[in-house]
Amino acid sequence: MSKKSSHSPFAPISRRRLIQTAGAGAALAAVPAFPRRLLAADPLKVAAIYTVPVEQQWVSRIHKAANAAKDRGDIEYVFSENTSNNDYERVMREYAEAGHKLIIGEVFAVEDAARTVAADYPDTAFLMGSSFKEDPAVPNFAVFDNYIQDASYLSGIVAGGMTKSKNIGMVGGYPIPEVNRLMHAFMAGVRELAPDTKFQVAFIGSWFDPPKAKETAFAQIDAGADILYAERFGVSDAAKERNILAIGNVIDTQADYPDTVVASALWHFEPTLDKAIAEVMAGSFKAADYGVYSFMKEGGCSLAPLGTFEGRVPADVMALVAEKEAAIKDGSFTVEINDEEPKSS
Amino acid sequence: MMEAFDILLTASFWVAAIRIASPLIFATMGELICERAGVLNLGIEGIMVAGAFAGWVTVYAGGDLWFGVLVAALAGAAFGLLHATLTVPLGLSQHVVGIGITLLATSLTYFTYRIVLPEVTSPPKIEAFQPLPIPVLSDIPVVGPALFAQTPLTYLAFVVVALTAWILYRTPLGLAVRAAGENPAAVEAQGISVAVIRIGAVMAGSALMAIGGAFLTMSAFNSFFFEMINGRGWICIALVVFGSWRPGKALLGAILFAAFDAYQIRLQQLTGGAIPYQIFLMMPYVLSILALILVARRATYPKALMIPYQKGER
Repeated sequence: MSKKSSHSPFAPISRRRLIQTAGAGAALAAVPAFPRRLLAADPLKVAAIYTVPVEQQWVSRIHKAANAAKDRGDIEYVFSENTSNNDYERVMREYAEAGHKLIIGEVFAVEDAARTVAADYPDTAFLMGSSFKEDPAVPNFAVFDNYIQDASYLSGIVAGGMTKSKNIGMVGGYPIPEVNRLMHAFMAGVRELAPDTKFQVAFIGSWFDPPKAKETAFAQIDAGADILYAERFGVSDAAKERNILAIGNVIDTQADYPDTVVASALWHFEPTLDKAIAEVMAGSFKAADYGVYSFMKEGGCSLAPLGTFEGRVPADVMALVAEKEAAIKDGSFTVEINDEEPKSS
Repeated sequence: MMEAFDILLTASFWVAAIRIASPLIFATMGELICERAGVLNLGIEGIMVAGAFAGWVTVYAGGDLWFGVLVAALAGAAFGLLHATLTVPLGLSQHVVGIGITLLATSLTYFTYRIVLPEVTSPPKIEAFQPLPIPVLSDIPVVGPALFAQTPLTYLAFVVVALTAWILYRTPLGLAVRAAGENPAAVEAQGISVAVIRIGAVMAGSALMAIGGAFLTMSAFNSFFFEMINGRGWICIALVVFGSWRPGKALLGAILFAAFDAYQIRLQQLTGGAIPYQIFLMMPYVLSILALILVARRATYPKALMIPYQKGER
């Protein structure tokens, strides 16, 4: 019941009541009017607020980690998807009022408003995707982002080893820090093996306009690109139609493009979420930057298995990937974090 | 500098321009038909979303591609009927109803999407329309690939323009539609119901808007995204004005806008990041506004546009 009702985007209040009722019934809890004692074995009540449907790439990683925690019995998990930024503050308040202990989400477009809400609910922990750092003045508001530059860098090495024209096209949504730093890390990886590569960088001014991303990718292929960095949906489709290669980002799409997507930088949200759950359970949650839990040495990102491209990437390229991966993990090599807008070269 | 000019001579540029124009052509013709009958249809953006979803989900559920186009058209016509019921017999504000239809159609689409696909981990894909080169004609340099190596839906877009122009200017039905937008009392005097003409025009126009939306999910791309219409509907409202409410000129406007768009994404790669990307994204819109100023000043709009007609009232 909770599963089904949690998909309705329209009535958060009634949905939450439904879930509470269902949860209480299932646990054979005491009369709801009594405050339940917080036992260590009690699953933590977690709510998520997403601005897009849960199958969109970035959010899907958070949703996956939350479902995994739910399946382990660590948390009770409810979520609102496709919440518009205008409604974001209201939904945050509703979840906080309803007694959720940890609220996760993305506040890239409502940074100030979200911090104001958090200040009003000091007993609720907020872990939000944000372009900014934590603020000690709001001690219950921690931030995260997909700092998967380590994996992007490794995917760049693969691209550098595979490009023949030394011309790589990159299509992004908007040049915000999380997009920029991954593009820079990817380019740094490419330059390891192909230092004179020409990069074509374009932004389409939209997160979800695959036809436009595809047209932009076509333009880059026309201009000589033989590998595309697929930051947006639609780019791999252009690569597939023109029989060139693509590098994936955040999720592994190789199953859909078996002869196109060579390598992907995957984001794993589990370390970030599990850390936050542990902190809240221990009562030690505080303002912090959880971005580090997306780093490779924390298990927050990885290079996807080559899969269909096993044996098609030169062995010396994969040897360099393995060497750099080991260096990243033991701390002897750090991928530079550069949040500036990347430009075409 | 020469490179910037050379882009205009490449076939792939014109192929892209026509491809980008295709959804706009459908939706612009749809809006034009509504407005020629005297009804401004601001439901266009939402109807395109609904059409994009209806067509795509039909194919996803196992339907034939052309059957998907038909379902998209029917979904559009249904929203058109709702719009027309509120604006024609009831005579409500066309602005308010139109915006309302857009909000309703987008939300209802998302609602339906979630009911049909409650548990998907990534947006599902369909086998979309593939390019169908027409023998001989597609071998003509530049023009051939641009006009004759597109998907069947693009060909349909051009057929729709020709059909719209022919019906509007060469048939009694078209005369009645145009008259309903200019002088509805005269239509009524001929014994023709203005309400029927207007409702029919809005339904037909909305069906075309929906096919325009379906082009994005069934030809330009093969998957449905909630925000993928991304303002294209609003562009079409401007294109109708640009085209002075004439199908031929509106077609040119759509192609011009799409060409600007195809041009800016290519130009963006030439400048090596010296000019902010926002300037390029803005270009098609700025140029369209300039063109609008030049062209639309002499345009005569349908005299009864946005004026509800109540039988017997004076």
